[in-house]
Amino acid sequence: MSMIVSSIGQGLLWAILGIALFLTFRILDFPDMTVEGTFPLGAATAVTAIANGVNPYLATLLAFVTGAAAGLITGLLYTKGKIPILLAGILVMTACLSVNLRIMGSANVSLLGKKTIFSSHFLESLPKYFDSVFIGLVVIVIVTVLLILFLQTNLGQAFIVTGDNKIMARSIGINTDNMTMMGLMVSNGLIGMGGALIAQNNGYADVNMGIGIIVIALASIIIGEVVFGELTLNQRLVAVTLGSILYRFVLLIVLQLGFSTNDLNLLSAIILAVCLMLPQLSKFLHLNHVLQKGVAKYDED
Amino acid sequence: MTKTDTPLISLNHIVTKVNTGTPNEVMILRHLDLDIYDGDFITVLGSNGAGKSTLFNTISGELPVDAGTISLKGQDITTMTVEKRTAFLARVFQDPKMGTAPRMTVAENLLLASQRGKRRTLRLRRLKQQLPHFKALTATMNNGLTERLNTATENLSGGQRQALSFLMATEQHPDLLLLDEHTAALDPKTSAELMHQTNQRVTEENLTCLMITHHLDDALKYGNRLIVLDQGQVKFDVRGAEKAELTKEKLLSFFDIIE
Repeated sequence: MSMIVSSIGQGLLWAILGIALFLTFRILDFPDMTVEGTFPLGAATAVTAIANGVNPYLATLLAFVTGAAAGLITGLLYTKGKIPILLAGILVMTACLSVNLRIMGSANVSLLGKKTIFSSHFLESLPKYFDSVFIGLVVIVIVTVLLILFLQTNLGQAFIVTGDNKIMARSIGINTDNMTMMGLMVSNGLIGMGGALIAQNNGYADVNMGIGIIVIALASIIIGEVVFGELTLNQRLVAVTLGSILYRFVLLIVLQLGFSTNDLNLLSAIILAVCLMLPQLSKFLHLNHVLQKGVAKYDED
Repeated sequence: MTKTDTPLISLNHIVTKVNTGTPNEVMILRHLDLDIYDGDFITVLGSNGAGKSTLFNTISGELPVDAGTISLKGQDITTMTVEKRTAFLARVFQDPKMGTAPRMTVAENLLLASQRGKRRTLRLRRLKQQLPHFKALTATMNNGLTERLNTATENLSGGQRQALSFLMATEQHPDLLLLDEHTAALDPKTSAELMHQTNQRVTEENLTCLMITHHLDDALKYGNRLIVLDQGQVKFDVRGAEKAELTKEKLLSFFDIIE
Protein backbone atom coordinates (compact mmCIF):
# COMPACT_ATOMS: atom_id res chain seq x y z
CA MET A 1 0.00 0.00 0.00
CA SER A 2 2.73 2.44 0.96
CA MET A 3 4.43 1.66 -2.37
CA ILE A 4 1.30 2.77 -4.21
CA VAL A 5 1.02 5.96 -2.15
CA SER A 6 4.69 6.64 -2.81
CA SER A 7 4.15 6.11 -6.55
CA ILE A 8 1.22 8.54 -6.56
CA GLY A 9 3.30 11.12 -4.69
CA GLN A 10 6.22 10.72 -7.09
CA GLY A 11 3.84 10.80 -10.05
CA LEU A 12 2.33 14.08 -8.85
CA LEU A 13 5.70 15.72 -8.20
CA TRP A 14 7.14 14.59 -11.55
CA ALA A 15 3.97 15.61 -13.38
CA ILE A 16 5.18 19.22 -13.13
CA LEU A 17 7.96 18.27 -15.54
CA GLY A 18 5.48 16.66 -17.91
CA ILE A 19 3.30 19.77 -17.94
CA ALA A 20 6.33 22.01 -18.40
CA LEU A 21 7.52 19.95 -21.35
CA PHE A 22 3.99 19.93 -22.78
CA LEU A 23 4.32 23.69 -23.32
CA THR A 24 7.32 23.28 -25.62
CA PHE A 25 6.99 19.75 -26.98
CA ARG A 26 3.27 19.82 -27.74
CA ILE A 27 2.22 23.49 -27.95
CA LEU A 28 5.33 25.11 -29.46
CA ASP A 29 5.99 21.83 -31.25
CA PHE A 30 9.72 21.34 -30.72
CA PRO A 31 11.86 19.22 -28.39
CA ASP A 32 13.62 21.36 -25.77
CA MET A 33 16.72 19.59 -24.44
CA THR A 34 17.44 22.43 -21.99
CA VAL A 35 15.30 20.63 -19.42
CA GLU A 36 18.08 18.09 -18.72
CA GLY A 37 20.13 21.02 -17.47
CA THR A 38 17.43 23.15 -15.82
CA PHE A 39 16.14 20.29 -13.69
CA PRO A 40 19.41 19.89 -11.73
CA LEU A 41 19.89 23.68 -11.97
CA GLY A 42 16.65 24.20 -10.06
CA ALA A 43 17.63 21.51 -7.58
CA ALA A 44 21.10 23.01 -7.10
CA THR A 45 19.71 26.50 -6.64
CA ALA A 46 17.11 25.50 -4.08
CA VAL A 47 19.31 23.10 -2.12
CA THR A 48 22.23 25.53 -1.92
CA ALA A 49 19.90 28.35 -0.90
CA ILE A 50 18.24 26.21 1.78
CA ALA A 51 21.62 24.97 3.04
CA ASN A 52 22.55 28.65 3.45
CA GLY A 53 19.48 29.36 5.51
CA VAL A 54 17.08 30.72 2.90
CA ASN A 55 13.37 30.10 3.43
CA PRO A 56 12.48 26.89 1.50
CA TYR A 57 9.50 28.51 -0.28
CA LEU A 58 11.68 31.39 -1.41
CA ALA A 59 14.36 28.87 -2.46
CA THR A 60 11.81 26.99 -4.59
CA LEU A 61 10.78 30.26 -6.21
CA LEU A 62 14.46 31.02 -6.85
CA ALA A 63 14.75 27.68 -8.65
CA PHE A 64 11.92 28.81 -10.95
CA VAL A 65 13.82 32.02 -11.70
CA THR A 66 17.14 30.31 -12.53
CA GLY A 67 15.32 27.74 -14.67
CA ALA A 68 13.52 30.51 -16.53
CA ALA A 69 16.82 32.33 -17.06
CA ALA A 70 18.33 29.21 -18.66
CA GLY A 71 15.21 28.91 -20.82
CA LEU A 72 15.63 32.52 -21.90
CA ILE A 73 19.19 31.79 -23.03
CA THR A 74 18.01 28.82 -25.11
CA GLY A 75 15.29 31.08 -26.54
CA LEU A 76 17.76 33.82 -27.46
CA LEU A 77 20.15 31.33 -29.09
CA TYR A 78 17.24 29.92 -31.10
CA THR A 79 15.32 33.05 -32.10
CA LYS A 80 18.05 35.69 -32.33
CA GLY A 81 21.14 33.51 -32.83
CA LYS A 82 19.32 31.29 -35.36
CA ILE A 83 20.82 28.15 -33.80
CA PRO A 84 18.61 25.07 -34.41
CA ILE A 85 16.45 24.48 -31.33
CA LEU A 86 17.79 21.00 -30.61
CA LEU A 87 21.38 22.27 -30.60
CA ALA A 88 20.50 25.43 -28.64
CA GLY A 89 18.97 23.24 -25.94
CA ILE A 90 21.97 20.90 -25.84
CA LEU A 91 24.35 23.87 -25.54
CA VAL A 92 22.52 25.36 -22.56
CA MET A 93 22.07 21.92 -20.99
CA THR A 94 25.82 21.26 -21.21
CA ALA A 95 26.66 24.71 -19.84
CA CYS A 96 24.27 24.08 -16.93
CA LEU A 97 26.35 21.08 -15.81
CA SER A 98 29.27 23.40 -14.99
CA VAL A 99 27.01 26.10 -13.57
CA ASN A 100 25.40 23.54 -11.25
CA LEU A 101 28.81 22.48 -9.92
CA ARG A 102 29.67 26.14 -9.35
CA ILE A 103 26.43 26.70 -7.46
CA MET A 104 26.71 23.63 -5.26
CA GLY A 105 30.49 23.64 -4.88
CA SER A 106 30.50 19.84 -4.99
CA ALA A 107 28.75 17.07 -6.92
CA ASN A 108 26.33 16.38 -4.11
CA VAL A 109 24.73 18.53 -1.41
CA SER A 110 22.60 17.08 1.37
CA LEU A 111 19.68 18.76 3.12
CA LEU A 112 20.08 16.68 6.26
CA GLY A 113 18.72 18.59 9.26
CA LYS A 114 17.62 21.56 7.14
CA LYS A 115 14.09 22.92 6.99
CA THR A 116 12.46 22.14 3.61
CA ILE A 117 8.89 22.69 2.41
CA PHE A 118 8.26 19.09 3.51
CA SER A 119 9.20 19.84 7.10
CA SER A 120 6.04 21.38 8.54
CA HIS A 121 4.08 20.06 11.52
CA PHE A 122 1.09 19.30 9.33
CA LEU A 123 3.03 17.35 6.68
CA GLU A 124 5.04 15.43 9.29
CA SER A 125 1.84 14.40 11.03
CA LEU A 126 0.63 12.68 7.82
CA PRO A 127 1.27 8.96 7.24
CA LYS A 128 4.45 8.07 5.36
CA TYR A 129 4.66 9.33 1.71
CA PHE A 130 1.44 11.34 2.07
CA ASP A 131 3.54 14.51 2.38
CA SER A 132 4.69 14.25 -1.26
CA VAL A 133 1.12 13.43 -2.34
CA PHE A 134 -0.11 16.56 -0.58
CA ILE A 135 2.59 18.93 -1.88
CA GLY A 136 2.46 17.39 -5.35
CA LEU A 137 -1.31 17.73 -5.50
CA VAL A 138 -1.31 21.35 -4.33
CA VAL A 139 1.43 22.39 -6.76
CA ILE A 140 0.02 20.49 -9.74
CA VAL A 141 -3.50 21.87 -9.20
CA ILE A 142 -2.19 25.44 -8.97
CA VAL A 143 0.06 25.04 -12.03
CA THR A 144 -2.65 23.34 -14.11
CA VAL A 145 -5.36 25.86 -13.22
CA LEU A 146 -3.05 28.82 -13.92
CA LEU A 147 -2.00 27.35 -17.26
CA ILE A 148 -5.59 26.61 -18.31
CA LEU A 149 -6.55 30.19 -17.46
CA PHE A 150 -3.48 31.55 -19.24
CA LEU A 151 -4.21 29.58 -22.42
CA GLN A 152 -7.69 31.14 -22.51
CA THR A 153 -6.32 34.67 -22.56
CA ASN A 154 -5.44 36.62 -25.69
CA LEU A 155 -1.76 36.20 -24.88
CA GLY A 156 -2.23 32.46 -24.34
CA GLN A 157 -4.01 32.14 -27.68
CA ALA A 158 -1.15 34.00 -29.36
CA PHE A 159 1.23 31.52 -27.69
CA ILE A 160 -0.75 28.52 -28.99
CA VAL A 161 -0.99 29.84 -32.55
CA THR A 162 2.78 30.43 -32.61
CA GLY A 163 3.30 26.69 -32.28
CA ASP A 164 0.44 25.88 -34.65
CA ASN A 165 1.26 28.14 -37.60
CA LYS A 166 4.15 30.55 -37.27
CA ILE A 167 3.60 32.23 -40.65
CA MET A 168 -0.05 32.92 -39.88
CA ALA A 169 0.84 34.12 -36.38
CA ARG A 170 3.28 36.64 -37.79
CA SER A 171 0.80 37.73 -40.45
CA ILE A 172 -1.68 38.77 -37.76
CA GLY A 173 0.90 40.72 -35.82
CA ILE A 174 2.13 38.23 -33.22
CA ASN A 175 5.81 38.48 -32.33
CA THR A 176 6.57 34.76 -32.58
CA ASP A 177 10.12 35.19 -31.25
CA ASN A 178 8.76 36.65 -28.01
CA MET A 179 6.13 33.92 -27.72
CA THR A 180 8.80 31.23 -28.20
CA MET A 181 11.05 32.79 -25.56
CA MET A 182 8.13 33.18 -23.16
CA GLY A 183 7.25 29.49 -23.62
CA LEU A 184 10.83 28.39 -23.03
CA MET A 185 11.09 30.56 -19.92
CA VAL A 186 7.86 29.35 -18.32
CA SER A 187 8.60 25.74 -19.27
CA ASN A 188 12.15 25.75 -17.89
CA GLY A 189 11.06 27.77 -14.87
CA LEU A 190 8.56 25.02 -14.04
CA ILE A 191 11.24 22.36 -14.65
CA GLY A 192 13.57 24.21 -12.26
CA MET A 193 10.79 24.38 -9.68
CA GLY A 194 10.15 20.66 -10.18
CA GLY A 195 13.85 20.01 -9.60
CA ALA A 196 13.70 22.03 -6.38
CA LEU A 197 10.66 20.10 -5.09
CA ILE A 198 12.09 16.69 -5.99
CA ALA A 199 15.49 17.52 -4.44
CA GLN A 200 13.75 18.60 -1.21
CA ASN A 201 11.68 15.43 -1.29
CA ASN A 202 14.82 13.31 -1.79
CA GLY A 203 16.76 15.30 0.82
CA TYR A 204 19.69 16.09 -1.50
CA ALA A 205 20.71 17.49 -4.89
CA ASP A 206 23.08 15.71 -7.23
CA VAL A 207 24.67 17.10 -10.41
CA ASN A 208 23.69 13.97 -12.30
CA MET A 209 20.01 14.02 -11.34
CA GLY A 210 19.04 15.55 -14.71
CA ILE A 211 20.02 12.54 -16.79
CA GLY A 212 17.01 11.00 -18.51
CA ILE A 213 14.59 13.70 -17.33
CA ILE A 214 13.33 14.46 -20.81
CA VAL A 215 12.38 10.82 -21.34
CA ILE A 216 10.47 10.69 -18.07
CA ALA A 217 8.63 13.95 -18.81
CA LEU A 218 7.82 12.80 -22.34
CA ALA A 219 6.62 9.45 -21.02
CA SER A 220 3.96 11.15 -18.87
CA ILE A 221 2.76 13.17 -21.88
CA ILE A 222 2.70 10.21 -24.24
CA ILE A 223 1.15 7.75 -21.76
CA GLY A 224 -1.59 10.30 -21.04
CA GLU A 225 -2.26 10.64 -24.75
CA VAL A 226 -2.19 6.91 -25.45
CA VAL A 227 -4.50 6.06 -22.55
CA PHE A 228 -7.03 8.88 -22.87
CA GLY A 229 -7.04 9.45 -26.64
CA GLU A 230 -8.79 12.45 -28.20
CA LEU A 231 -9.13 15.28 -25.66
CA THR A 232 -9.45 19.04 -25.57
CA LEU A 233 -6.36 21.07 -24.76
CA ASN A 234 -7.43 21.58 -21.12
CA GLN A 235 -8.16 17.90 -20.68
CA ARG A 236 -4.81 17.04 -22.20
CA LEU A 237 -3.06 19.09 -19.50
CA VAL A 238 -4.83 17.04 -16.81
CA ALA A 239 -4.05 13.83 -18.73
CA VAL A 240 -0.32 14.60 -18.36
CA THR A 241 -0.61 14.32 -14.57
CA LEU A 242 -2.55 11.07 -14.82
CA GLY A 243 0.02 9.81 -17.33
CA SER A 244 2.79 10.67 -14.90
CA ILE A 245 1.13 8.66 -12.12
CA LEU A 246 0.50 5.72 -14.49
CA TYR A 247 4.15 5.83 -15.50
CA ARG A 248 5.14 5.46 -11.81
CA PHE A 249 2.82 2.47 -11.52
CA VAL A 250 4.45 0.85 -14.54
CA LEU A 251 7.86 1.44 -12.96
CA LEU A 252 6.60 -0.02 -9.69
CA ILE A 253 5.48 -3.18 -11.47
CA VAL A 254 8.73 -3.47 -13.38
CA LEU A 255 10.77 -3.04 -10.18
CA GLN A 256 8.66 -5.72 -8.52
CA LEU A 257 9.70 -8.03 -11.36
CA GLY A 258 13.24 -7.85 -10.02
CA PHE A 259 14.91 -5.00 -11.93
CA SER A 260 17.10 -2.68 -9.88
CA THR A 261 16.83 1.11 -9.67
CA ASN A 262 20.04 1.24 -11.74
CA ASP A 263 17.96 -0.03 -14.67
CA LEU A 264 15.50 2.89 -14.38
CA ASN A 265 16.77 4.89 -17.35
CA LEU A 266 16.79 1.82 -19.58
CA LEU A 267 13.26 0.96 -18.45
CA SER A 268 12.05 4.55 -18.95
CA ALA A 269 13.42 4.56 -22.47
CA ILE A 270 11.78 1.21 -23.26
CA ILE A 271 8.42 2.31 -21.84
CA LEU A 272 8.51 5.53 -23.86
CA ALA A 273 9.62 3.73 -27.04
CA VAL A 274 6.78 1.21 -26.71
CA CYS A 275 4.22 3.99 -26.16
CA LEU A 276 5.53 5.94 -29.16
CA MET A 277 5.36 2.83 -31.33
CA LEU A 278 1.81 1.97 -30.25
CA PRO A 279 0.16 3.44 -33.38
CA GLN A 280 2.47 1.34 -35.56
CA LEU A 281 2.07 -1.70 -33.34
CA SER A 282 -1.71 -1.49 -33.41
CA LYS A 283 -1.59 -1.25 -37.20
CA PHE A 284 0.52 -4.36 -37.19
CA LEU A 285 -1.86 -6.08 -34.79
CA HIS A 286 -4.83 -4.98 -36.86
CA LEU A 287 -3.15 -6.57 -39.86
CA ASN A 288 -2.90 -9.81 -37.90
CA HIS A 289 -6.56 -9.52 -37.09
CA VAL A 290 -7.44 -9.21 -40.77
CA LEU A 291 -5.22 -12.16 -41.62
CA GLN A 292 -6.88 -14.27 -38.96
CA LYS A 293 -10.28 -13.35 -40.29
CA GLY A 294 -9.20 -14.33 -43.77
CA VAL A 295 -8.01 -17.70 -42.54
CA ALA A 296 -11.19 -18.26 -40.51
CA LYS A 297 -13.34 -17.60 -43.55
CA TYR A 298 -11.32 -20.02 -45.59
CA ASP A 299 -11.75 -22.64 -42.88
CA GLU A 300 -15.50 -22.15 -42.81
CA ASP A 301 -15.71 -22.81 -46.50
CA MET B 1 -8.93 61.60 -62.65
CA THR B 2 -9.65 62.72 -59.12
CA LYS B 3 -7.11 61.42 -56.68
CA THR B 4 -6.03 62.62 -53.28
CA ASP B 5 -2.52 63.97 -53.32
CA THR B 6 -0.85 61.60 -50.86
CA PRO B 7 -0.92 57.96 -51.88
CA LEU B 8 -1.90 55.40 -49.23
CA ILE B 9 1.29 53.45 -49.86
CA SER B 10 4.17 54.77 -51.86
CA LEU B 11 7.13 52.66 -53.00
CA ASN B 12 10.07 54.75 -54.20
CA HIS B 13 12.99 53.25 -56.11
CA ILE B 14 12.73 49.99 -54.23
CA VAL B 15 15.62 47.56 -54.64
CA THR B 16 15.15 44.16 -53.05
CA LYS B 17 17.79 41.47 -53.36
CA VAL B 18 17.72 37.88 -52.20
CA ASN B 19 20.79 36.01 -50.92
CA THR B 20 22.44 39.38 -50.31
CA GLY B 21 26.21 39.14 -49.89
CA THR B 22 26.49 35.62 -51.31
CA PRO B 23 27.53 34.52 -54.82
CA ASN B 24 23.86 33.70 -55.43
CA GLU B 25 22.78 37.31 -54.91
CA VAL B 26 19.94 38.23 -57.24
CA MET B 27 18.29 41.61 -57.58
CA ILE B 28 14.56 40.94 -57.78
CA LEU B 29 13.01 44.40 -57.53
CA ARG B 30 15.00 46.88 -59.62
CA HIS B 31 14.22 50.46 -58.62
CA LEU B 32 10.51 49.81 -58.53
CA ASP B 33 8.13 52.76 -58.17
CA LEU B 34 4.49 52.27 -57.27
CA ASP B 35 1.89 54.55 -55.70
CA ILE B 36 -1.17 52.86 -54.27
CA TYR B 37 -4.15 55.15 -53.64
CA ASP B 38 -7.06 54.72 -51.27
CA GLY B 39 -9.74 52.61 -52.94
CA ASP B 40 -7.44 51.08 -55.53
CA PHE B 41 -8.28 47.47 -56.39
CA ILE B 42 -5.18 46.53 -58.35
CA THR B 43 -4.74 43.27 -60.20
CA VAL B 44 -1.08 42.34 -60.53
CA LEU B 45 0.14 40.36 -63.53
CA GLY B 46 3.61 39.18 -64.44
CA SER B 47 5.47 36.05 -65.48
CA ASN B 48 7.26 33.82 -62.98
CA GLY B 49 10.27 35.59 -61.54
CA ALA B 50 8.94 39.04 -62.40
CA GLY B 51 8.93 39.96 -58.71
CA LYS B 52 5.24 39.76 -57.78
CA SER B 53 5.73 37.76 -54.58
CA THR B 54 8.85 39.75 -53.72
CA LEU B 55 6.79 42.92 -54.09
CA PHE B 56 4.27 41.54 -51.57
CA ASN B 57 7.01 40.40 -49.20
CA THR B 58 8.58 43.83 -49.42
CA ILE B 59 5.34 45.64 -48.67
CA SER B 60 4.56 43.29 -45.76
CA GLY B 61 8.10 43.63 -44.37
CA GLU B 62 9.08 39.96 -44.69
CA LEU B 63 11.98 41.00 -46.93
CA PRO B 64 14.14 44.00 -46.03
CA VAL B 65 14.72 46.50 -48.84
CA ASP B 66 18.27 47.11 -50.02
CA ALA B 67 17.52 50.61 -51.28
CA GLY B 68 14.54 52.92 -51.63
CA THR B 69 11.74 53.89 -49.27
CA ILE B 70 8.24 52.76 -48.46
CA SER B 71 5.79 55.22 -46.97
CA LEU B 72 2.30 54.92 -45.56
CA LYS B 73 0.19 58.09 -45.85
CA GLY B 74 3.40 60.07 -46.17
CA GLN B 75 5.12 58.43 -43.19
CA ASP B 76 8.30 56.45 -43.74
CA ILE B 77 7.75 52.77 -42.81
CA THR B 78 10.75 51.30 -44.63
CA THR B 79 12.20 49.67 -41.53
CA MET B 80 8.96 48.90 -39.70
CA THR B 81 8.72 45.26 -38.54
CA VAL B 82 6.33 42.68 -40.00
CA GLU B 83 4.33 42.57 -36.75
CA LYS B 84 3.82 46.34 -36.63
CA ARG B 85 2.75 46.50 -40.27
CA THR B 86 -0.06 44.05 -39.60
CA ALA B 87 -1.90 46.90 -37.86
CA PHE B 88 -2.76 48.32 -41.31
CA LEU B 89 -2.00 45.44 -43.64
CA ALA B 90 -3.55 41.98 -44.10
CA ARG B 91 -2.58 39.14 -46.37
CA VAL B 92 -4.08 36.01 -47.87
CA PHE B 93 -1.57 33.42 -49.04
CA GLN B 94 -1.83 31.09 -52.00
CA ASP B 95 -1.49 27.96 -49.87
CA PRO B 96 -4.69 27.36 -47.84
CA LYS B 97 -2.54 25.77 -45.11
CA MET B 98 -0.56 28.96 -44.53
CA GLY B 99 -3.37 31.31 -43.57
CA THR B 100 -5.03 29.38 -40.75
CA ALA B 101 -3.92 27.58 -37.59
CA PRO B 102 -4.72 23.89 -38.28
CA ARG B 103 -5.33 22.64 -34.72
CA MET B 104 -7.42 25.62 -33.66
CA THR B 105 -11.11 25.95 -34.44
CA VAL B 106 -12.66 28.28 -37.00
CA ALA B 107 -13.95 30.53 -34.21
CA GLU B 108 -10.55 30.58 -32.49
CA ASN B 109 -8.89 31.56 -35.75
CA LEU B 110 -11.38 34.38 -36.28
CA LEU B 111 -10.85 35.56 -32.72
CA LEU B 112 -7.09 35.66 -33.20
CA ALA B 113 -7.52 37.63 -36.41
CA SER B 114 -9.86 40.11 -34.73
CA GLN B 115 -6.85 41.11 -32.59
CA ARG B 116 -4.72 41.83 -35.64
CA GLY B 117 -1.89 44.21 -34.87
CA LYS B 118 -3.05 44.71 -31.27
CA ARG B 119 -1.06 43.98 -28.13
CA ARG B 120 -1.88 40.52 -26.78
CA THR B 121 -2.58 40.80 -23.07
CA LEU B 122 -3.64 38.55 -20.21
CA ARG B 123 -7.28 39.48 -20.76
CA LEU B 124 -9.59 36.45 -21.17
CA ARG B 125 -10.38 35.84 -24.81
CA ARG B 126 -14.22 35.82 -24.44
CA LEU B 127 -14.88 33.47 -27.34
CA LYS B 128 -18.53 32.76 -26.50
CA GLN B 129 -19.54 36.42 -26.57
CA GLN B 130 -18.16 36.75 -30.09
CA LEU B 131 -19.83 33.65 -31.57
CA PRO B 132 -22.96 35.45 -32.87
CA HIS B 133 -20.72 37.92 -34.68
CA PHE B 134 -18.62 35.10 -36.17
CA LYS B 135 -21.80 33.28 -37.22
CA ALA B 136 -23.01 36.30 -39.15
CA LEU B 137 -19.58 36.87 -40.64
CA THR B 138 -19.08 33.30 -41.86
CA ALA B 139 -22.64 33.20 -43.21
CA THR B 140 -21.63 35.79 -45.82
CA MET B 141 -19.32 33.21 -47.42
CA ASN B 142 -22.24 30.83 -47.95
CA ASN B 143 -20.08 27.69 -47.95
CA GLY B 144 -20.94 25.85 -44.75
CA LEU B 145 -18.35 27.57 -42.54
CA THR B 146 -21.10 28.74 -40.17
CA GLU B 147 -21.90 25.16 -39.14
CA ARG B 148 -18.24 24.40 -38.54
CA LEU B 149 -17.27 27.22 -36.17
CA ASN B 150 -16.10 24.69 -33.58
CA THR B 151 -14.22 22.48 -36.03
CA ALA B 152 -10.43 22.47 -36.18
CA THR B 153 -9.46 24.12 -39.46
CA GLU B 154 -7.34 21.13 -40.50
CA ASN B 155 -10.64 19.30 -41.03
CA LEU B 156 -12.03 21.90 -43.44
CA SER B 157 -11.89 21.71 -47.23
CA GLY B 158 -9.31 23.84 -49.02
CA GLY B 159 -12.05 26.17 -50.23
CA GLN B 160 -13.42 26.64 -46.70
CA ARG B 161 -9.95 27.25 -45.33
CA GLN B 162 -9.21 29.85 -47.96
CA ALA B 163 -12.58 31.53 -47.40
CA LEU B 164 -11.74 31.64 -43.70
CA SER B 165 -8.32 33.14 -44.43
CA PHE B 166 -10.04 35.79 -46.53
CA LEU B 167 -12.51 36.61 -43.75
CA MET B 168 -9.68 36.78 -41.22
CA ALA B 169 -7.81 39.19 -43.47
CA THR B 170 -10.74 41.49 -44.16
CA GLU B 171 -12.68 41.44 -40.88
CA GLN B 172 -10.70 44.29 -39.33
CA HIS B 173 -10.96 46.40 -42.48
CA PRO B 174 -7.20 46.73 -43.15
CA ASP B 175 -5.89 49.81 -44.95
CA LEU B 176 -4.25 47.51 -47.46
CA LEU B 177 -5.17 43.94 -48.43
CA LEU B 178 -2.65 41.72 -50.23
CA LEU B 179 -4.07 38.71 -52.08
CA ASP B 180 -1.33 36.41 -53.32
CA GLU B 181 -3.06 34.18 -55.90
CA HIS B 182 -5.46 33.28 -53.16
CA THR B 183 -7.72 31.17 -55.38
CA ALA B 184 -4.98 29.38 -57.35
CA ALA B 185 -4.98 26.21 -55.23
CA LEU B 186 -8.75 25.70 -55.48
CA ASP B 187 -10.86 23.83 -58.04
CA PRO B 188 -12.36 26.03 -60.80
CA LYS B 189 -15.83 26.26 -59.27
CA THR B 190 -14.66 27.04 -55.73
CA SER B 191 -12.07 29.41 -57.14
CA ALA B 192 -14.71 31.34 -59.10
CA GLU B 193 -16.95 31.55 -56.03
CA LEU B 194 -14.20 32.90 -53.82
CA MET B 195 -13.17 35.36 -56.50
CA HIS B 196 -16.76 36.57 -56.76
CA GLN B 197 -17.01 36.99 -52.98
CA THR B 198 -13.64 38.72 -52.91
CA ASN B 199 -14.80 41.23 -55.48
CA GLN B 200 -18.06 41.81 -53.63
CA ARG B 201 -16.41 42.42 -50.28
CA VAL B 202 -13.56 44.55 -51.60
CA THR B 203 -15.89 46.83 -53.57
CA GLU B 204 -18.63 46.98 -50.92
CA GLU B 205 -16.22 47.84 -48.13
CA ASN B 206 -14.12 49.99 -50.43
CA LEU B 207 -10.93 48.14 -49.45
CA THR B 208 -7.61 49.02 -51.00
CA CYS B 209 -6.30 45.81 -52.44
CA LEU B 210 -3.48 44.28 -54.50
CA MET B 211 -4.32 40.93 -56.05
CA ILE B 212 -1.75 38.76 -57.81
CA THR B 213 -3.28 36.51 -60.44
CA HIS B 214 -2.19 34.45 -63.42
CA HIS B 215 -5.64 34.53 -65.00
CA LEU B 216 -5.80 37.34 -67.55
CA ASP B 217 -9.60 37.08 -67.53
CA ASP B 218 -9.74 37.66 -63.77
CA ALA B 219 -7.23 40.49 -64.03
CA LEU B 220 -9.41 42.21 -66.61
CA LYS B 221 -12.74 41.43 -64.99
CA TYR B 222 -11.95 42.54 -61.45
CA GLY B 223 -10.48 45.68 -59.99
CA ASN B 224 -10.16 49.27 -61.12
CA ARG B 225 -6.45 49.21 -61.90
CA LEU B 226 -4.09 46.72 -63.51
CA ILE B 227 -0.31 46.59 -63.36
CA VAL B 228 2.16 44.27 -65.05
CA LEU B 229 5.49 43.54 -63.42
CA ASP B 230 8.50 42.56 -65.47
CA GLN B 231 12.11 42.21 -64.35
CA GLY B 232 11.39 43.88 -61.07
CA GLN B 233 9.67 46.97 -62.40
CA VAL B 234 6.12 48.12 -63.12
CA LYS B 235 6.05 48.02 -66.90
CA PHE B 236 2.36 48.65 -67.45
CA ASP B 237 -0.15 50.53 -65.33
CA VAL B 238 -3.72 51.29 -66.39
CA ARG B 239 -6.71 52.39 -64.36
CA GLY B 240 -10.34 53.43 -64.52
CA ALA B 241 -11.90 53.74 -67.95
CA GLU B 242 -8.65 52.85 -69.64
CA LYS B 243 -8.57 49.54 -67.78
CA ALA B 244 -12.23 48.86 -68.49
CA GLU B 245 -11.52 49.17 -72.21
CA LEU B 246 -8.49 46.89 -72.09
CA THR B 247 -8.94 43.60 -73.96
CA LYS B 248 -7.26 40.27 -73.59
CA GLU B 249 -5.71 40.62 -77.06
CA LYS B 250 -4.12 43.94 -76.18
CA LEU B 251 -2.79 42.52 -72.96
CA LEU B 252 -1.38 39.45 -74.70
CA SER B 253 0.33 41.54 -77.33
CA PHE B 254 1.89 43.57 -74.54
CA PHE B 255 3.21 40.38 -72.99
CA ASP B 256 4.72 39.44 -76.36
CA ILE B 257 6.63 42.73 -76.45
CA ILE B 258 8.16 42.38 -73.03
CA GLU B 259 9.17 38.79 -73.69
